[in-house]
Amino acid sequence: MLIKASVKRISALLGFSLVNQTKIITAAAELSRNALIYADQGKFKISVLDDTRRKGLQMIFSDSGPGIENIEQAMKDGYTSGHGMGLGLGGSKRLMDEFDIKSAIGVGTTISVTKWV
Amino acid sequence: MERIPILKVGQYLLITIQVDLHDKMILALQDELTNMIVKTGARGILIDISALEIVDSFIGRVLAQVASCAKLLDAETVVTGMRPAVAITMVELGISMKGVHTALNAEDGMELLNDILHRDEYAHDFSAIN
Ligand SMILES: Nc1ncnc2c1ncn2[C@@H]1O[C@H](COP(=O)(O)OP(=O)(O)OP(=O)(O)O)[C@@H](O)[C@H]1O
Ligand SMILES: [Mg+2]
Repeated sequence: MLIKASVKRISALLGFSLVNQTKIITAAAELSRNALIYADQGKFKISVLDDTRRKGLQMIFSDSGPGIENIEQAMKDGYTSGHGMGLGLGGSKRLMDEFDIKSAIGVGTTISVTKWV
Repeated sequence: MERIPILKVGQYLLITIQVDLHDKMILALQDELTNMIVKTGARGILIDISALEIVDSFIGRVLAQVASCAKLLDAETVVTGMRPAVAITMVELGISMKGVHTALNAEDGMELLNDILHRDEYAHDFSAIN
């Protein structure tokens, strides 16, 4: 809930349209829920990117949970190891402009996503 | 825990989701709603989500589950008031909510429920004649 509020405020301040704010908050909900469900807990970092031409919002979700064995499979729509719909990872990738996932068994998972204004 | 109130209006159950949902709240709602359908014999359920800023895969799944559960208990579900930005985001996320009827607002939702239920009645009458 705290994550949602801060993502909302910062994306609004950066000037994202309402639709894009909604997409970013939804991606944050998916990725933070994954960390909570599959790794019990995780860390969340939000940053404003400014490369002189444009501004962007970057969110990093990292956990030290079990890690993902087959990332390609996990990214596929409809794949779930639990009771979900298997849409969180693939969907977040579609909702954001950039999506980067790193995961190692027994070490954890770090996902970084960015959307440009 | 805060609860989401369920109102009985005629043969319908009305739920207005006013706050951003906590997981526990929506799971409790699912339980309570199925109990209420059985207890009241309600034929229709109207869930207004106009206050929701997002619908993620979890909420989408629960709404779809509520609808299919209600269907088994002979009740139809209409979700009303979805914000346009939420609809656009849900499509991109890939949530389809099969089996859930939707209407723009609560009033249209009521009309839709009336239509669906009357259509059912005609169908019953018709099969009785044959
Ligand atoms: N942080 C994580 N740590 C370990 N495994 C993960 C993590 N995030 C995702 N996974 C794995 O990837 C699978 C796919 O994740 P995804 O979010 O796409 O779907 P889901 O969580 O199963 O269902 P949904 O998100 O639709 O409710 C998960 O079922 C899980 O096995
Ligand atoms: Mg998920």
